[in-house]
Formats: sequence, structure tokens, C-alpha cells
Amino acid sequence: MMTYVLRRCLMAILVAFTVSLGTYALFHFATDPAQTIAGEDAPQEMVDEIREQFGFDRPLLVQYGDWLGGVFQGDFGTSYFWKQPVVELIKEHAGVTITLALVSLLVTILIALPLGISAALKPNSWVDRFALSIAVSAQAIPNFWLGLMVIILFAVTFPIFPVSGDATWRHFVLPSLVLGASSVPAVMRLTRTGLLDVLASDYIRTARAKGFMGYRLILQQAMRNALLPIVSVLAVQLGHKLGGSVVTESVFSMNGLGRLAVESIFNSDIPTVQSLILIFVLTFVLLTLAADLINAWLDPRIRMG
Amino acid sequence: MATRDVVGDVTIAAVETPPNEEELGLGLSPSKAALKRARTHRGLKIGFGILLVMAVFAIFAPWLAPYDPYLQNLPMRMLPPVWMEGGSWEYLLGTDHLGRDYLSRLIHGARISMFIGIGAASIGAIIGVTLGLIAGYYGGWIDQGVNFLVTCQLAVPSLLLIMALVFVIGQSVTVVIFVIGATHWVFYLLVVRSATLRLRELDFVAAAQAMGCSKFKIAVREVLPNLSNQIMVIFTLEVAVAILSEATLSFLGLGIPSPLPSWGLMIAEGKAAMFFQPWLVILPGLALFVLVIAINLLGDGVRDVTVTHRRN
Repeated sequence: MMTYVLRRCLMAILVAFTVSLGTYALFHFATDPAQTIAGEDAPQEMVDEIREQFGFDRPLLVQYGDWLGGVFQGDFGTSYFWKQPVVELIKEHAGVTITLALVSLLVTILIALPLGISAALKPNSWVDRFALSIAVSAQAIPNFWLGLMVIILFAVTFPIFPVSGDATWRHFVLPSLVLGASSVPAVMRLTRTGLLDVLASDYIRTARAKGFMGYRLILQQAMRNALLPIVSVLAVQLGHKLGGSVVTESVFSMNGLGRLAVESIFNSDIPTVQSLILIFVLTFVLLTLAADLINAWLDPRIRMG
Repeated sequence: MATRDVVGDVTIAAVETPPNEEELGLGLSPSKAALKRARTHRGLKIGFGILLVMAVFAIFAPWLAPYDPYLQNLPMRMLPPVWMEGGSWEYLLGTDHLGRDYLSRLIHGARISMFIGIGAASIGAIIGVTLGLIAGYYGGWIDQGVNFLVTCQLAVPSLLLIMALVFVIGQSVTVVIFVIGATHWVFYLLVVRSATLRLRELDFVAAAQAMGCSKFKIAVREVLPNLSNQIMVIFTLEVAVAILSEATLSFLGLGIPSPLPSWGLMIAEGKAAMFFQPWLVILPGLALFVLVIAINLLGDGVRDVTVTHRRN
């Protein structure tokens, strides 16, 4: 078990830094940070001076190492565009994104698990067909468009919730629904197939023969095994939501990390972009790592093999 | 691990519709049996039908669209569709904020969506299938290297990466196709890799080896044709994913440049007037929804009728 955990941790760290170095290199080759700081029509001498002052003339790896050294001390550099420490910017924006991600994950679970379970209990019934058609449609709806439709319906035609912003809990209702809906198809399908597989297995037949029935059978005996893939997919989805609620945040004008990332891309703000991507990748890697560890704990076959 | 749900989703078909011995067409050749099953598969027929109609509109757009999609007619701007008050038969689906005919723009938009979807999915297929064949066939440290690449690709917030790439390289149709393709190859790789691992142990590969075929030749001539069904299914589903990615990118302002009639861009342009002229946003979104759902139905259907392990 220890070697398994260690190997996975090492892999996680390696992935996070490979990706962050890749982003760093991409932006350094493609844009001129000295020019970005100086402004577009700054005189050449000023640009050169800034380049020397900030050390942009040093080799790429040295600059990256320098930045990474700072990261380990909690210093992510200073934003070129907002002219303030990136750490401050992230602290300001993280709350919205974390709240949105967690609530929308809850929405996903509350819709997808009951649908998937009831579909698996009666395959090919109307419940199953209904669940499947929801999955098929939800997969095909462009998420940003769903956001706009929900705004038209619940903020304009029936003004129940605010159109945009992130000031009160009421601002989070519509975005969470929209973001949560995007993960429903994957989670629902996996719940359904996972549970169907488990229900067809020998040990469930044995349990039935011993007199286990109905919800007790499902919840106590079958779900434990069906949960394995669901834990993984939920971790992946939460990772996407923490790092990728770009669209939802833009549609609902919420000041989260996703919108911060988009704005810093538009402004070639390298320190902010690379810090955010490092954080997103680390979050994702840690979440999938946690899911793997939970699975290893739930299923001895994984940790032994 | 992240890869598990991906593979799980691709193989769902085995459980989704229980096999019916009659419909399986036992005793026929595999392709004939698949065709026979295809004719009774409702989702596949619906998806194929819708797609056929939309493809005809996309291919013959210049002849079928009533107006030039770029022609501005400012006095006629923001006309509603014909069935609403103030609509006219001249502009069936109304006009946009520059007085351009909305129906014509939607028809030309189908062209852009399909072109980008097929282009990006092809590029993803080339990358994913090549890497999958290499990883599955050679194994060892090459396989581990490819595996590491997959883990990195899955960990990156892909929309942000695509946006950053488009921003850095520049906005154009070609760039969008290449960037979306270059970030959507993991599905192909996973399926091709595991199938190659399985296939390379089989007798016909050993026979080819005994006859002195090179590894490259075996991979391309012996292993690849056996994967065509699975690759085709993934390709179809990836076309849908690419179309949605393009629409999202264009909506956020880092995809297809204006004035091209991309559906995502049309939604972005209509958003400003969304509260007063909601059809500007509703119509292109509906078009996207119908196109993507048709492609998905077709992909799921092809998977249902061609999956081989059900016949064995």
C-alpha cells in the first residue's frame, strides 16, 4: 500500500510540473513579456531596460526555476496586468469558484445518482428510457447556451433569480444548476452500467437467495462496488469544475478563477496564467489521486495488484 | 484514475441494449449482419436522417441559402422570424443586428461547424491512433512515456489551454481545427492501445511476423484494419465534441473570427440583444443542439450495431 501511494504521489508531482513548464515555455516563446509590461507603443530602450531588470534575457529554464523557487515559498510572482501579487488575485477569486464547483457537484450527484440507480433497477423500462434521453440531450446542449436559456427563463421571463453576479447565494442557484447539468450524463451512465454489472454478479444472487431485498440489497451490497468508478468520475468532474468553470463564470459574469484566467490570457499576463494553470493541474492531480486512494481503500484488488 | 470513465463510456454499449439473437443476424457476414441490425436501430436511423439533411444544406449552402450571409441591410435590422409579430416572408428567420439574413447565416454556419468538427476529429484521430499503435505494439518504456503524456493531457484544463494556444497563434479556422484536434486524441489512444495489446498476441500477427513483416507493416496492415469499427465510433463522437468546443471558443471570442457565421459567434453577437430579441440566441443554439444530438445518435448507433465482442 505504501509503495502504491508513493508511486502515485510522485507521478502526480511530475505531471503537475511538466504541464506548468509547458505552459511557461509556450507563453515565453510566443509573447514578449518585456513588451507586455512596457505597453504596446513603448520605446525600444525602455523595453530593453525592463527585459534586463526583470531578467527576461536569461535562459528559459533559469527563469522557470526562479519562479518555481518562489512558488515553494508561497510567492507566485506579480501580475503584469493588475500590478499586484498573483497570490492576492487568486485569494480574491477562489471563493466564488470553490463554492460554485462544490454546489454544482452536489447538483450533479442529486440528479445523476437517483436517475442512474432507478434506470439500472429496471433496464429498458420507461424510467430507463427517460434517464437515457436526459443523458443524450444533456450531452448535446452547448453549456454556455443552456446558461443563456436559463437566464432568459428564470431571470427575465420569470424574474426569480438575478441575471448575473456573485454577491448573494441567490446568484449561485442558476450557475450551479447549469454547471451541474454538464456532468450529469457521464455520472448517470456510469452509475447505471456499474450497478447493472454488479447486480448481474454471483454475490448479489447469493445475497438475494439469502433474503436480501429491495433498497437494502442495493444500498448495502451492490452500491459499494458500483461506487468505485463513480468516485473516480466525480473526482475528475470536480477537477474540471474547479479549473474549468470558465464558461459558466463568463455567462453569469462571476468573478471566479476561470474568468481571471481568461482575462489574463487576453492580456498576456504570464505570471497569472501560469500560476492558475499550475494550481488547476495540481488540484486535478490531487483530486484524482485522492479518488485512486479511496478506491484502493474500497477495493483490496487495486492496492495488492 | 481519470482514464477509467473514458473507457467505461466507450464500452457501455455492451450493457445498454441486451442482445437479441434474431436481430444479431447470425450466419451472415459481419458487415451484412451489421447492416441488417442498422436497419432496425431507431436512434441510428433518426441520427443519420437528420445528419443527411444538414449535410445537404452545408454542402450546397451557397445555392440553398436565400441571401448572401454577409450582405448587410441596415434598414431591415433585427427583424423577428416570420411567425412572430413584425416578421416577414422575405426573411424567414429574421435578421441580425446588421440586417443580415439569419436563415442564410445559419445554413452557412452548418458548413463551418461540420468542417471544423470533421477536421479536428481527423487530426485527433491521426495523433491518437498513431500513439496508440506505437504504445500498444512496442510496449515497455515507450508505452510508459505515452501513458505519461496522456496523464498530462487529461490534467490540463483543456478549454484554457485551447484558448491560450489560439490567442498566441492567432484566430482563424485552420488554427481552431488544429488546436482542437491536438487536444482531443486521448479517446482514440486509449481504445487503440488496449486493442493493439490484445491483438498483437493473436495468431495472425504471429504469422505475419514469421513471414518477415516489419513492425510498422504489421501495425498498419494487420492490426489497424481490425480497429476500424472502434475508431469510426470514436471519430463520430469526437466530431460532436469538436463542434461544441468550436462553438464555445467562438462564443468566448477566441474561436472563429467575425464576420464568419459560426453558430457560437452568432450566439455571442446576439447576446447583447438577448432580452428583447431572444431568437437571435435561441436559433443558433437549437441548430447546434440538433446537429450534435444527431451525430451522437449516429455514433451510439454505429457502436451498437458493430461491437464485435457481443457476437463472439
